[in-house]
Amino acid sequence: MDKITIGIPRALPYYYLGNFWKYFWKKCDIDVVYSPNTNEEILTLGKNISPTEMCLSMKIYLGHLSYLDGKCDYLLVPRIDRYDDQNQTCTNFLALYDLAAHYVETPILNYNIDSHQDLLDGVLELGSQLSIPKMQVLKAYEYALKKDEKWKKMRALEQQRQLQEEGKKVLIVSHAYNIHDTFIGGNILKLLKEKEMKVFFSDYFDSTKTALQARKLSKKLYWKYSRESIGAIPLCKKVDGIIFVSTFPCGLDSLVHELVMRKLEKPYLNLVIDDLSSDTGIETRIESFVDLLEQS
Amino acid sequence: MNKVSYPKLGSYSVAIQYFLTHVLENEILPPKEITEHTKELGNQYSPDFVCTPFKYTLGTMLEGIEEGATIFFQMGGGCRYGYYHELQEQILKDLGYSCTIINLISGGNRISYQELKSYPLKIRKRKLLSSFWTTKKMVLYMDKIDDYIRKNRCYEKEKGSFDYLREQMLQEFSKTKGFLELRRTYHKYQKQFFNLPRKEKKKRIRVGLIGELYTLMEPNANEKIESFLNAYGFEVKRYTNVTYLLFQKKRKVKKYLRKKLVKYRMGADALDNIYHAKELCEQGYDGIIHIKSSFCTPEIGAMPILEKIAGKYGVPILFLSMDLNSSNTGFLTRMEAFCDMLEMRSQ
Repeated sequence: MDKITIGIPRALPYYYLGNFWKYFWKKCDIDVVYSPNTNEEILTLGKNISPTEMCLSMKIYLGHLSYLDGKCDYLLVPRIDRYDDQNQTCTNFLALYDLAAHYVETPILNYNIDSHQDLLDGVLELGSQLSIPKMQVLKAYEYALKKDEKWKKMRALEQQRQLQEEGKKVLIVSHAYNIHDTFIGGNILKLLKEKEMKVFFSDYFDSTKTALQARKLSKKLYWKYSRESIGAIPLCKKVDGIIFVSTFPCGLDSLVHELVMRKLEKPYLNLVIDDLSSDTGIETRIESFVDLLEQS
Repeated sequence: MNKVSYPKLGSYSVAIQYFLTHVLENEILPPKEITEHTKELGNQYSPDFVCTPFKYTLGTMLEGIEEGATIFFQMGGGCRYGYYHELQEQILKDLGYSCTIINLISGGNRISYQELKSYPLKIRKRKLLSSFWTTKKMVLYMDKIDDYIRKNRCYEKEKGSFDYLREQMLQEFSKTKGFLELRRTYHKYQKQFFNLPRKEKKKRIRVGLIGELYTLMEPNANEKIESFLNAYGFEVKRYTNVTYLLFQKKRKVKKYLRKKLVKYRMGADALDNIYHAKELCEQGYDGIIHIKSSFCTPEIGAMPILEKIAGKYGVPILFLSMDLNSSNTGFLTRMEAFCDMLEMRSQ
């Protein structure tokens, strides 16, 4: 039998689970194809098939999906509903599986996390679909989780260390799938680097810590990823300014970022990224924000 | 004592008003009708790309504050609805008003009695069960009558006769004393509705309405789309109402999930709408209108699938996205074109 390949789109859940999957599939001895970083081609692919009102991150995801369609044996489209009632996700994550099944013809691996389930349940489901022995799945899961946790810990420690250093510092509050995407966040990071700003990412901090800290800003928030991103704000007291990055029209960020901005005392910049071809607007706004920080 | 108010949702304020006046000792202020002023207020203080129910409810709250209300109820729900109250409270606080917003459903869970007691409300415990039962029945009767009206108003002989009778019925409902009286009134009006003079039916054109719940149920938020369709001579079918959402949805969703057209729940009412669209197609409806507030994420996710289903059965479908527009010309043009097309198709 030929070795099968699994396609993983480099968007949305990839930025939360991608590292885990890398190790997991390696241990399971299965080849993985990733879609490339978001570029003009993928964006147009996504824009052409999706409804106009859909949020930009989702359009990009659909672009990645249709890019991978036909280039692999299976597609991995995870559906993450909720870990529990206080840890829900955006409704786009809920609809991901059925939307993907609507658009592509390649068979989709079923990976579902609903209430009272966790990563392990999803992984076991995957294993049974590909008829990998359960023992091997469990071993791979343990291995990947360990590696992933270690990597995340290193990342968090590195950030904590940099927080103590001198220089102007900026915290970027955003979903991981926005700021680390080359199309949405790439330009922002490049501009900030040119200005010699130290950049901190909200998702690089320890997620258990940030989830607790978020209570200081919003008591009733029940979205997991939003909570983890805004929780970085109380952790970074030494930061000079905060940049909020969201895509148009993100449902969660429209409420959560607005609430947080109303409670902030530091200078902040709210960037809403649309699928425009020119970055001049963002450039101007970042430049003036950096000037403001340097004067203070 | 604190005055209590709540956002407006269609004519359900009759039932809510009945329930709250019987259960609470506080003074209850009924919400005002949504006007241009409400829209302006809501639009002014809301974030840019939040969905429209946020703006409407904020507008009604600001108007309620002018009347002296300090405690508001907010329904909450599965998607963004459940998080509205925290931001709305902050916005009102920044404007200099200190109000409490009580959110009834958040993150899929209903508020507990213990939590409700922590608010400055005076609850009449003894009345709770009986008035809940009466309110539930009142909502059920209202929905039944509304379903009947949607199907028959298009054949009315005298223009406005259905609406006038409905108005009378709601007024009598609001003055009702108990369940038995309510039932008597319902049966009386049921007969009256049945006996209203109507034109003879030539050919039936039936349109199904699906979409996001607030925009569907609040006539001011959807440019009175039902009256518009009825005036065109079309029968209208709408699944979403309070009875469905509160008492039937859970059971229905379980049933739908077994049918495997869509594998998982898709958030809010997206899954329900997909199956409703399929049901409408199978029952031979002439057209489907999908209506939502702009930026409603779950409904946007359902749109491609709805399009596919409608295409499979060959039923025309119109997608409407409602915002707080000051002019309804765009809406009218699209609706008229759609209705004309349906009429031409049926000939």
